[in-house]
Amino acid sequence: MMELVCPAGTPAALRAAVEAGAHAIYCGFADETNARNFPGLNFSREELADGIAFAHRHGAKVLVAINTFPAAGRQAVWHRAVADAEAAGADAVILADLGLVAHVAEAHPGLRRHLSVQAAAANPDVINFYAENFGVRRVVLPRVLTVAEITAINREIDVETEVFVFGGLCVMAEGRCSLSSYATGLSPNMNGVCSPPSHVVYAEEGETLAARLGGFTIQKAAKGAPAPYPTLCKGCFSSGGVTGHVFEDPASLDASELIPALAKAGVTALKIEGRQRSRAYVREVVRSFRAAVEAVDAGRPLPVGQLARLSEGQAATTGAYAKTWR
Amino acid sequence: MFGHAPEIPVFPGAMTAPLRLAPLAPMGVALTLVARRLIARHPGLIARLGEHGDKRFAIDPTDLPLTLLMHPHPTHTRITLYRRPPEADARIAGPLAGLLGLVHGAYDGDALFFSRDLVIEGDTSAALALRNAIDDAELDLGAEIAALAGPFGAVLAPLIAAMQRVSGVALTRVEGGMA
Repeated sequence: MMELVCPAGTPAALRAAVEAGAHAIYCGFADETNARNFPGLNFSREELADGIAFAHRHGAKVLVAINTFPAAGRQAVWHRAVADAEAAGADAVILADLGLVAHVAEAHPGLRRHLSVQAAAANPDVINFYAENFGVRRVVLPRVLTVAEITAINREIDVETEVFVFGGLCVMAEGRCSLSSYATGLSPNMNGVCSPPSHVVYAEEGETLAARLGGFTIQKAAKGAPAPYPTLCKGCFSSGGVTGHVFEDPASLDASELIPALAKAGVTALKIEGRQRSRAYVREVVRSFRAAVEAVDAGRPLPVGQLARLSEGQAATTGAYAKTWR
Repeated sequence: MFGHAPEIPVFPGAMTAPLRLAPLAPMGVALTLVARRLIARHPGLIARLGEHGDKRFAIDPTDLPLTLLMHPHPTHTRITLYRRPPEADARIAGPLAGLLGLVHGAYDGDALFFSRDLVIEGDTSAALALRNAIDDAELDLGAEIAALAGPFGAVLAPLIAAMQRVSGVALTRVEGGMA
């Protein structure tokens, strides 16, 4: 059966994911070593150890994301995070920075190493480089590849691949996107925050809702329209007399219908995005995807009704997996 | 409930009318006692607020004629009631059923926000920290209130469960839990 890798921003969400049937949960520490460094989220050292013990009691794994890029001269913060994750019993660490991958291979050879989507490893050569030199066992593929490209990559590598199937969608080359830095001075890559909430303001202006990031208005929503996403890549801008989503339409990824094709492409694990979402969301999405991977494993059709309900009323896309151009 | 706007029950105006005349001070004292008890039993709530632990949060049930101003503290949390939304660092507004559903794990905060059932104003970081802290605490307000009622709790608990069934409002935690 394909492995279902599920998000947990809090210990409660971790327990919800385990109870709903997650095979593995990914989470991170409440600091800049984690690309989801948002207020009120994430794990202390003690919470991580408790969460891992809970997951292991119920047969699930915990993968710890230490997937930002260490700041020069402050690598010790990231090194300590890796050591603490191993001490807590983590089944693997998810890493993005080449230097940190090398450090873990040398100082923690027994700790399973996964390559984060933040490393943007999108071809067999670079994946094989990480595998051969640093013993990376799994790579999380960037969300820019088609199913055919994933199939081609899997033919040329000897490590597991993990792909995103549901949730928020980055259209940029992850780990290399600086849009948030331009507006706020902070970035997902160095500080763990894309569009940090400290720089986000929502303001009711009459009947419209304006979303601002670092003082820049990035979208206004009319009454009754969905609230705008506070990220620049999903902003709505006017240029040359045309107003529209310049970078990306604000749609969520839903590749559930492609699960059989991804299985055929040789993908080992399916990842659900959403460490910032509630335990209620995690429970519902994980339960539905567990039913889906069990169906695919048993050769049964996907439980379409159940999965469709999750994105009903909200724009969803299969992203780059089935690529079309406008 | 998750990817799209849920159908959130709204309190009819006729039902909430008596609240317009109700004395706010004693109600604030009662809510303060409940909040202090909750925080004593869930210290992680304050820890998770981090640097936002001293902020003032206006919790504004838009279908009720009052707003709660919560000033969290490890031992001296205070809740004061106002007829109109007071000055606060962050304001979180939505139908009471939506706010209770967030506390009890029935709804997802992002889904309610993007469907505009939930409004956040002011300090976005503080509001987010509070939302995440409450989500992690797995609170059960129905059980807490029944416990506070002492010997009457045995009568109150099934009454709360019945009200939940009839109204569709999550008055207790919606999920169980594995050991």
